[in-house]
Amino acid sequence: MLNDAEVERLDAEAVNSAKVRQPLYAARKKIFPKRASGNFRRFKWLVMAITLGIYYLTPWLRWDRGPYAPDQAVLIDLANRRFYFFPIEIWPQEFYFVAGLLVMAGIGLFLITSTVGRAWCGYTCPQTVWVDLFLVVERAVEGDRNARMKLDAGPWTANKIGKRIVKHAIWLAIAVATGGAWIFYFADAPSLLRDFATGNAAPVAYITVAVLTATTYTFGGLMREQVCIYMCPWPRIQAAMLDEHSLTVTYNDWRGEPRSRHAKKAAAAGQAVGDCVDCNACVAVCPMGIDIRDGQQLECITCALCIDACDAVMDKVGRERGLISYATLNDYNANMAIATSGGTSTVDPRKVRGADGKMSHGLAHFHIRKIFRPRTFVYMGAWSLAGLALLYALLTRDRLEVNVLHDRNPQFVTLSDGSIRNGYTVKLLNMIPEPRTIIVTMQGLRGGEMTVTGIDQPADRSVAIQAEPDRLKTIKVFVRQPAEFIDGEAQTFKFVVEDKASFERDEYVATFNAPGKTK
Amino acid sequence: MTEKHIDEATGVATTGHEWDGIRELNNPLPRWWVWTFYITIVWALAYTVAYPAWPMLSSATTGLLGYSSRADVKAELVAAEAAKGQYVEAVAAKSVDEIIKDDTLRQFAIAAGAAAFKVNCVQCHGSGAQGSVGYPNLNDDDWVWGGSIDQIYQTVTHGIRFAEDGDTRISDMPAFGEIIDATQIAQVSAYVASLSGGAVADQAMVEPGKTVFTDNCAACHGDDGKGNRELGAPNLTDAIWLRGEGESAIAAQVKAPKHGVMPAWGGRLGDTKVKELAIYVHSLGGGE
Repeated sequence: MLNDAEVERLDAEAVNSAKVRQPLYAARKKIFPKRASGNFRRFKWLVMAITLGIYYLTPWLRWDRGPYAPDQAVLIDLANRRFYFFPIEIWPQEFYFVAGLLVMAGIGLFLITSTVGRAWCGYTCPQTVWVDLFLVVERAVEGDRNARMKLDAGPWTANKIGKRIVKHAIWLAIAVATGGAWIFYFADAPSLLRDFATGNAAPVAYITVAVLTATTYTFGGLMREQVCIYMCPWPRIQAAMLDEHSLTVTYNDWRGEPRSRHAKKAAAAGQAVGDCVDCNACVAVCPMGIDIRDGQQLECITCALCIDACDAVMDKVGRERGLISYATLNDYNANMAIATSGGTSTVDPRKVRGADGKMSHGLAHFHIRKIFRPRTFVYMGAWSLAGLALLYALLTRDRLEVNVLHDRNPQFVTLSDGSIRNGYTVKLLNMIPEPRTIIVTMQGLRGGEMTVTGIDQPADRSVAIQAEPDRLKTIKVFVRQPAEFIDGEAQTFKFVVEDKASFERDEYVATFNAPGKTK
Repeated sequence: MTEKHIDEATGVATTGHEWDGIRELNNPLPRWWVWTFYITIVWALAYTVAYPAWPMLSSATTGLLGYSSRADVKAELVAAEAAKGQYVEAVAAKSVDEIIKDDTLRQFAIAAGAAAFKVNCVQCHGSGAQGSVGYPNLNDDDWVWGGSIDQIYQTVTHGIRFAEDGDTRISDMPAFGEIIDATQIAQVSAYVASLSGGAVADQAMVEPGKTVFTDNCAACHGDDGKGNRELGAPNLTDAIWLRGEGESAIAAQVKAPKHGVMPAWGGRLGDTKVKELAIYVHSLGGGE
């Protein structure tokens, strides 16, 4: 039944094994991950296509906003301090929307990590995605694991030099494209590309591309797993995020041990034999250079490629898939207790199988229900609340606002007829890309009238202001109140601003100052 | 230490330093760290050669690149001057009336005038141009010499009672303490206070005060007391009092008038600056 003769045994060593105490500084040992195939690998291809697609293509999407605003769907216009995201336009003071999205991203990361472990690391982290992309190039140029190891160990022949040049050239091209895509988020993409190619773009564009090219090439091509192991804080934080109900890539030693390369012989001798044939397939495919059979470890990004590799081997030897699988610590412990009779003996995989050799029914398996528990509900609740609050804020936010600064020096001016005048700097925020007429009206302050500098019309309680599209309009307003109406040192009144066409309005409660004692 | 001590738990050599049985491990620094450190030393040395660094007896080494922060500031100032050059030229070429009608030029002139005001004018008129006793408030609508842009421009250019300028504005109220007696002064003060509805201690003084006023004051201040801008005689019927309101303040001014002096700014600041100042003052709310 155990066809272990057909299984290719790989001479793979876990270079980042937890079993070997690493010196604090050691030169990097190269890792040559073997190509994996299976469900998780296919899923990772899909995720890679989607994430890279989003990154490279987003700046080229267009979105018509009329003649007064750019037509780029996603644009961070730093020069004019505007952020455009499809129909949404954000002014600098509305940056809390971005902060809110970051809060949601944070809570979302907690939620994902507490349920499916380091899925961010394994599937969507840019480091993982780009390393995956760079490995595709490496495999295409130099071949799979064995060919690459041979090439690396071999002398510097013309063939080797040629392959290396081609590989690094493609890597650099990808790196340039990566850095290049970044800048298109900050300016009109088509015109920036034209300027960039003709040497007319701003120096900051070239510097940004150069820096991101260097980081992409270095991190994705040269440093790879070292970024995760030495530089990234997330592997450290994850320890606080995972709990016994979190799914994580697990080697199920309750059915795998004792591992044997000579299973048939050992079984014939009546010894306990686990499912693990010690083929090292899981080690060979690991991009982090670890052995998952050592248990959960900091270096593991849970990319699940070892699951694909092991499942293929299990299919060959006629065993059930899932020797390496996504499992929770709880399920693992329960099954381990069965295999070890509650910890009283060493692992005996015969205990997890019935008389017919099939896995027994008492084993714990993952079920989707296990995701729903108080902790994940709290995360989901907090995440949804933040999302709803943002949505509410977005739907009810003002596109017409008024801010008023009262003149402080002088606070008031006595005029020749004894009336009192106060000066105000009124800022009208027209936050849509359309010009419009804004009516500024005074409410309260008996007998008060206003004049606006630069607008030639007699004093009145209402004035029409032409506001440019998507701009802040600052006007100087003088408010005058006859002596007989003055009622105290500080009176309050309202500036009401209205767009009669859209019925938007906003108001500001202002103070009108007068001398302390009146005659 | 003759032989190296190796820490048992870590297998790392110690430095030989020991305190109460605690030994210091001698872990090597990461190579990248060491190299970065060496590079910073090289960088620092090269920097002191390239840039001004070493203090000498009278000055410092200038550095091979010839950099100087003073030159930077100079360049920035030149650039700033060049940037506003076209506006300054336009202000110089146009009349104040033309400038005030051009929205962009007017805003430029107001900003430039505000800056010049804070250097040259705040000492008397106050930082908000609000004035004080003896120094006119420039925000209000009461003007001794007129509040149109041309009149303000004229006043700023040639000053007031400024002997060194032939075109300066001059008004000289006689010291009536030597012309009329104390009773008449009290009477005319009561009358003048009553013109703007102010409090009067003895209403009986008002009527005879009017006679004193007609005889002595109306020539400049007008029969109705509304003043005369041609002569620089203030309006006495309004709510604004340059030298304080009330009978006693009026009496003091009648008896021995104080006369403020404003320098002629045309010669000091140049015509362009004065235009900007006039437009700024005109914009404060009282401009006519």
